Amino acid sequence: MKTILDKNKFNIVIERLANQLIENHYTFDQTVLIGIQPRGVFLADRIVSYIENILQIQLQYGKLDITFYRDDYHTSKNVHLPDITNIEFSIENKKVVLIDDVLFTGRTIRSAMEAIIDFGRPSKVELLTLIDRRFSRQLPIQADYIGLTIDSILSQKVKVLWAEHDKKDEVILLDTENDKN
Amino acid sequence: MSLSTKHLLGIKNLNANDIELIFQTADTFKGILQRPIKKVPSLRDTTIVNLFYENSTRTRISFELAEKRLGADTINFTASSSSVSKGETLIDTVKNILSMKVDMVVMRHQASGAPHFLSQHIPAAIINAGDGTNEHPTQALLDSYSIREKFNTLKDKKITIIGDIMHSRVALSNIYCLKKMGAKVTVSGPPTLIPKHIESLGVQVTYNVAEALEWCDVANVLRIQLERQNMPLFSTLREYSLYYGINKKMLDSLKKEILIMHPGPINRGVELSSDAADSHHSIILNQVENGVAIRMAVLYLLSGKTTS
Repeated sequence: MKTILDKNKFNIVIERLANQLIENHYTFDQTVLIGIQPRGVFLADRIVSYIENILQIQLQYGKLDITFYRDDYHTSKNVHLPDITNIEFSIENKKVVLIDDVLFTGRTIRSAMEAIIDFGRPSKVELLTLIDRRFSRQLPIQADYIGLTIDSILSQKVKVLWAEHDKKDEVILLDTENDKN
Repeated sequence: MSLSTKHLLGIKNLNANDIELIFQTADTFKGILQRPIKKVPSLRDTTIVNLFYENSTRTRISFELAEKRLGADTINFTASSSSVSKGETLIDTVKNILSMKVDMVVMRHQASGAPHFLSQHIPAAIINAGDGTNEHPTQALLDSYSIREKFNTLKDKKITIIGDIMHSRVALSNIYCLKKMGAKVTVSGPPTLIPKHIESLGVQVTYNVAEALEWCDVANVLRIQLERQNMPLFSTLREYSLYYGINKKMLDSLKKEILIMHPGPINRGVELSSDAADSHHSIILNQVENGVAIRMAVLYLLSGKTTS
């Protein structure tokens, strides 16, 4: 097990990502933020509260569950159970920022794009991720905002821990053969 | 987490966790059904045959909509317009259909136990859409789900099932489902239409409908199934209506508000009068609406366990 981001750096990176969003979207009047269930929502919550605090505005922020849009339904052993989807505004012609904790194969993001288009036609879709595991993509998908890029092999696992759920803020790299999670 | 069973043959084979899992999944699907695009692609690689050996309006349309909303391909089969009339057996019919690469079977049959029998002979997942006088599991799930939606829970809720208990698969499935979820159940109707020893299922019996209404939070009123009665069990429909029919006046005279349910099709003026069926007590159309979400949940949860 190896720590990739410790607690102090963790917050600096998230604040940088939030500031990059502010720089690009400025007033957020045509922008909506969508956290991908389950663990992208933790990151999205932090970013949304940071931006709302700095700009003193209310963002349009929703949560998206992609369970029914997965492409590995028949190959996985267990049935995936859905989380809540909560998008209470129109995304028609809006700039949508998808937020997830780790960008790995790109399949979750593909599902998320398919799911979000069922809610309307956004003018633009962007992707924000805390960790980009480069060289492991199985689809042509890139992030627009990246917290940290790491090199890892397929058998390794990257886990983002959140204080509100896992009692501490940290990103760790697990060698799945040696580390029992 | 997943269901403890590969097929949905009856509520008898489910446990409370299974039922709760179906309800929770149905909650999500109900959300999807409120969206502008009421469709998800989770079963886009699944083909489902709706095998109906018996007439149906609601159940069949509801299953077909649920399948389409999940992106599945569907084929419809009705016994009257098929080779069944040429003498083909159930197993032969189904094996022939499955050899065309069909993954799931939704079936309704006039013989009790037909889906159980079939499940021992074919690899595909089977969903019972009503077998004879045995079970109609998805109806019971949507009934309980509709009650849960109104009260947030089924625990300790008092439900009375009124009418032709003897011939009703809806009654049996409902009793199993409600009891497993902790509800209290009373059955009511003419003595000739209530099976002996039904108390062994943990329900109470009263032959006085007014008493049952006074006791309950919810009354599930069943249709008189004349097509299944091969001997006269009550003298006339008018007499039945007089003693066991529910009307608005009876509901108004109660000291509390109760919910009225009916699995459809209603014989207006027999078991339920029009003014009661169309009153604010009635959640009959909510039941129909919830039926699609419940069937989507069942199809979704069972489809992961097909042959591959």
